[in-house]
Amino acid sequence: MQKLEAEVVASIRIGPDICLLRLKAPAIAATARPGQFVHLRCGEGLDPLLRRPLSIHDSGDGELTLFYQVKGRGTAWLSRQHPGSKVDLLGPLGRGFTLVSGRRLALVAGGLGMAPLFFLARQARELGNEVDFFYGARNSRGLHRLEALEDLGIRLFIATDDGSAGFRGPVTALWEKQLKDNHYDRAYACGPRPALAAFARLAAAAAVPAEVSLEERMACGFGACRGCVTALRDSRGEKYYENVCTGGPVFDVAAVCWEG
Amino acid sequence: MEQAEKRPGVNPKEEDEKLGARGKGLAGTGCAGSGLKSRSTPQEPETGAGVNLEVQLGDLTLPNPVMPASGTFGFGEEYAPFLDLNRLGALVVKTITLEPTPGNPPPRLMETPSGLLNSIGLQNPGLEVFLREKLPYLRRFTPPLIVNIAGRTVEEYGELAARLSAAEGIAALEVNISCPNVREGGIVFGTVPEMAARVTATVKGQTHLPVIVKLTPNVTDITVLARAVEDAGADALSLINTLQGMAIDLETRRPALANIVGGLSGPAIKPVALCAVWRVARAVKIPVIGMGGIVTARDALEFLLAGARAVAVGTAGLVNPRAIIEVIDGIKAYLQEQGLQDVNELVGALRI
Repeated sequence: MQKLEAEVVASIRIGPDICLLRLKAPAIAATARPGQFVHLRCGEGLDPLLRRPLSIHDSGDGELTLFYQVKGRGTAWLSRQHPGSKVDLLGPLGRGFTLVSGRRLALVAGGLGMAPLFFLARQARELGNEVDFFYGARNSRGLHRLEALEDLGIRLFIATDDGSAGFRGPVTALWEKQLKDNHYDRAYACGPRPALAAFARLAAAAAVPAEVSLEERMACGFGACRGCVTALRDSRGEKYYENVCTGGPVFDVAAVCWEG
Repeated sequence: MEQAEKRPGVNPKEEDEKLGARGKGLAGTGCAGSGLKSRSTPQEPETGAGVNLEVQLGDLTLPNPVMPASGTFGFGEEYAPFLDLNRLGALVVKTITLEPTPGNPPPRLMETPSGLLNSIGLQNPGLEVFLREKLPYLRRFTPPLIVNIAGRTVEEYGELAARLSAAEGIAALEVNISCPNVREGGIVFGTVPEMAARVTATVKGQTHLPVIVKLTPNVTDITVLARAVEDAGADALSLINTLQGMAIDLETRRPALANIVGGLSGPAIKPVALCAVWRVARAVKIPVIGMGGIVTARDALEFLLAGARAVAVGTAGLVNPRAIIEVIDGIKAYLQEQGLQDVNELVGALRI
């Protein structure tokens, strides 16, 4: 875990409010694992105050790539940073996905949930896994990086709510269809919480070990404030709160308390 | 992370040893902090040449006046990757309750303009786990360790005080009678002067350690509470705890926090905190630790001028984990710029 000033290599708008940010951060890139995140200062003053957690979209050659949506003032500030400017970041933070090799994997992404799963898909391929990547969005305009995904040598399955691309319906329904005929050794997902809950139910029914990357409002990002918790169940079924920043953001679906 | 034996000056188990060691501590830091310097990393010297940063909070000696605010510092270990814990004026851990406390449901946080609204709800593993798993780690560092406590009843405060006093390596207790985010106890003890006094007296009766009482600003007149706990035997005061606040999500038309209301911290509350410190410092004789929105050394210096003998950095550390170190270095630089030898010269030196 490091705190450093990273230089912006490129800031590319790939949709009306979707950006790719490449940062020169060799110390973080060298140790980053899929599913981990960085915590960025988005501005020079005291408002916005808190850092913004962004999952690592890809990492390598001394660079980190972040994929994010401009949602508020912080991310708007970030999107205005040009090559050469410096960004204050902490990272790599959190626990990433469990990596396996030589297996058959399903990756299920809802909308921006594609961000951390891209890095996972690339590393999973390098470890000799067969990867089916399920990617859903509201409509075709919400699908990004399709070519880059295909270049990973994965099988790409597309779903949109309005049917403007691929399967019409939720991405979890598309995965459910494939689950009927295919066996997966492991499954991973990131996306809106209701989609993750559906993913968890399907994984449990098919007895596929599965992990999800969760999102929660965060302050410190390194476990001090206990602000970003999610409810988990321990081995005796007792509910407790765990930090998303240090206990996660990746959790085993069986541990997550989906009802709240 | 560097390890060192607990500084004897802050181990108050034996009165005689404490007094003797405190003398040593003063001599040590008086000459450019040599006593502490030997335990700090060479890159981060503790004090500048000729500048004394040491302050006294009653019987408690701090190597410098800057500490973390309870609730924002976890149990210290979370910050260890970013800074040398031996450089802090004190270590102040998250509130400990007798039993493990699960805390409030999420969402627990909401950012507001220059502020942070939280409803953590005192989540902590409880006294037993603290003593067994957290304290041994914290004992390895030289700054005095201040343990913050909260009870659901007056008796629980007393029991916590007694059991923590029996443990080695704790320099002082900070009594949290001001958490706005718990249903039982919490702020009730902090808003009624008679209750605040009862809690203070009960804790004092159960411990030989210095007792710092943390006050809430969510009262009509904070000086009334300050005097009540001073009369009940408090050795020092910390103020302020968070201000009660609220935020609403217009998309969902729901409160931003699951707990509906929370405690506001961060730069947004600094003027309120500064005013409370100034008023209380004039109303009581015991030392005051000022906190609330301190981000930079300049903020901290304002609190010292207003009458705080020490300060705590809270929310700023969540944004910049090195903020507290920057505040210490900034105070030192200011003293040197101003040609001052001793940070104590600034305490209460406000010109009106």
